[in-house]
Amino acid sequence: MTAVTDAPAVPQRPRSRVWTKLRANPSALLGAVLVIFFVVVAILAPLLPIPGPLETDWLAVRKPPSAAHPFGTDEIGRDVLSRMVWGAQASLLAGVVSVLIALALGIPLGVAAGYARGWTDAVISRVTEALLAAPFLILAIALAAFLGPSLTNAMIAIGLSAMPVFIRLARGQTMTVMTEDYVESARAIGLSHLAIIWRYILPNIFPPLLVQATLTVATAIIAEASLSFLGLGQQPPSPSWGSMLNIAKNFLEQAPWMAMWPGIAIFLVVLGFNLLGDGLRDALDPRDH
Amino acid sequence: MFGFLARRILIAIPTILLISIFVFTLQKLLPGDPVLAMAGEERDPEVLEFLRAKYRLNDPIHMQYFYWIGGALQGDLGISLRTQQPVLALIGEKLPVTIQLAVMALSIALVIGVPAGVISAYRKGTWVDWLANVVALSGLSIPNFWLGIMLILLVSVKWGLLPASGYVPLSEDPLQSLQTMIMPAFVLGTGLAATLMRHTRSAMLGVLKSDYVRTARAKGLGERVVVVKHALRNALVPIVTVTTLLFGELLAGAVLTEQIFTIPGFGKLVVDAVFNRDYAVVQGIVLCTAVAFIAMNILADAAYRILNPRMRDD
Repeated sequence: MTAVTDAPAVPQRPRSRVWTKLRANPSALLGAVLVIFFVVVAILAPLLPIPGPLETDWLAVRKPPSAAHPFGTDEIGRDVLSRMVWGAQASLLAGVVSVLIALALGIPLGVAAGYARGWTDAVISRVTEALLAAPFLILAIALAAFLGPSLTNAMIAIGLSAMPVFIRLARGQTMTVMTEDYVESARAIGLSHLAIIWRYILPNIFPPLLVQATLTVATAIIAEASLSFLGLGQQPPSPSWGSMLNIAKNFLEQAPWMAMWPGIAIFLVVLGFNLLGDGLRDALDPRDH
Repeated sequence: MFGFLARRILIAIPTILLISIFVFTLQKLLPGDPVLAMAGEERDPEVLEFLRAKYRLNDPIHMQYFYWIGGALQGDLGISLRTQQPVLALIGEKLPVTIQLAVMALSIALVIGVPAGVISAYRKGTWVDWLANVVALSGLSIPNFWLGIMLILLVSVKWGLLPASGYVPLSEDPLQSLQTMIMPAFVLGTGLAATLMRHTRSAMLGVLKSDYVRTARAKGLGERVVVVKHALRNALVPIVTVTTLLFGELLAGAVLTEQIFTIPGFGKLVVDAVFNRDYAVVQGIVLCTAVAFIAMNILADAAYRILNPRMRDD
């Protein structure tokens, strides 16, 4: 045993070091548990023993929580728990897809600006600054208004509004990586631009983008809920947490449970992504290595 | 400072022009003929042609942009389809309401966020720090429109302490105005307080480790003097910058808060314009908020230079 303990420590690979730090952070773990819980619930929605989210029971209109309806029923007798579970799909989908849109557009533009510099950089940077000048939600509301109210358009609007942050981050990170010796060497041996970007730039700018993406999912979920609350996201009768709150605000006195559960769900899932994002940032912080 | 401001304003001009192109293009991307929307039930080809000529819609698109931006530079952002009022006059009418809400929200955020950040940094690693962080992260994660609904349910519906909605101008009845605005301001202020708390904590942690704080302690100064007079004063630089930059969040938050509490401000104007397809108003709002946001950025930079003597000589 002693021999084993005294043996020189095997240096951990960066990925396992990040994983170890993440596992040692209780807040990040709590965040991961919350996120995984909601993802599992959203995926298993069709298999769960609950009524359909659109099934109405006119004999159970605005009934408080009971054994038959643990979260109560809504204004036309639909099961609130079922709508919460199916609403998780809309909220998580909106959060993830809009961030994927922002990443898909933001990374190529940011890397192009940081790699090519010159005019490419000037044009992309000015456009990014212009987009950043419009407050996120105002821009998303304006885009959703012009595109028309639907969950897909809300995702596009949120994705486009979140894109400038990723352009700026990818550009900054690319410029930092470009000064590294290994990029210089890759250029010296005559690798193509695409090969340099694929092999050396992208893998090295990934960690901060991952942190930002995790935190932006939280922002995007709130943005989708806000747009749906305003009637610009998921359209009735399909459930989403934001649209449920939009209806619930009209029945606050008669059925307060209708407003309570969707808000708690948004809070928990957003808290989960925020905790996970904070944990990832700490785990990936190079100053701690 | 004058040279710095002139430089920053010059740099902002291309950004504002790009935003204007973006806002103009948005309307052009809309499906359907705008003249048909303007004409309503009218389908007489002569009337439609007259409207096209009047609004110069037969001109090339770049010329249409120049007419539009030319008008915008002279304060003409078009006419609201719904109210038939000039867009700029509408914005000017609603803005004071939102400014009152924003000032109250920011005051609440500063009163909660800055002391919480200072205490959290000073007690780093203790349960106080942990609790402050949990509360701040929760504040960032709670959708403010839901918080508003819950407060209406408790404070107005259950306890009957404050009105659930409405607005009374400050000039008309200050007390009632504050009564109607305190709950919306609290809802809007909590998220900002959380952001301010996190920035204050981070700034204070940096400052508390610095040599001058160590020197102040070595001189035998009391902890209160060290923290407030030496540490907080230096940590204020980033805090003031962040506060100025919270403008965007305030405006975005106001959209939902005003909707819930039925406050006739800028945010409600946005939502009403969106639902009435009043695109001139939506365009005007995006352009105005973007210009105001850029102005706040310049102010933040100016404040940074004023508060940080080392920056003044640059």
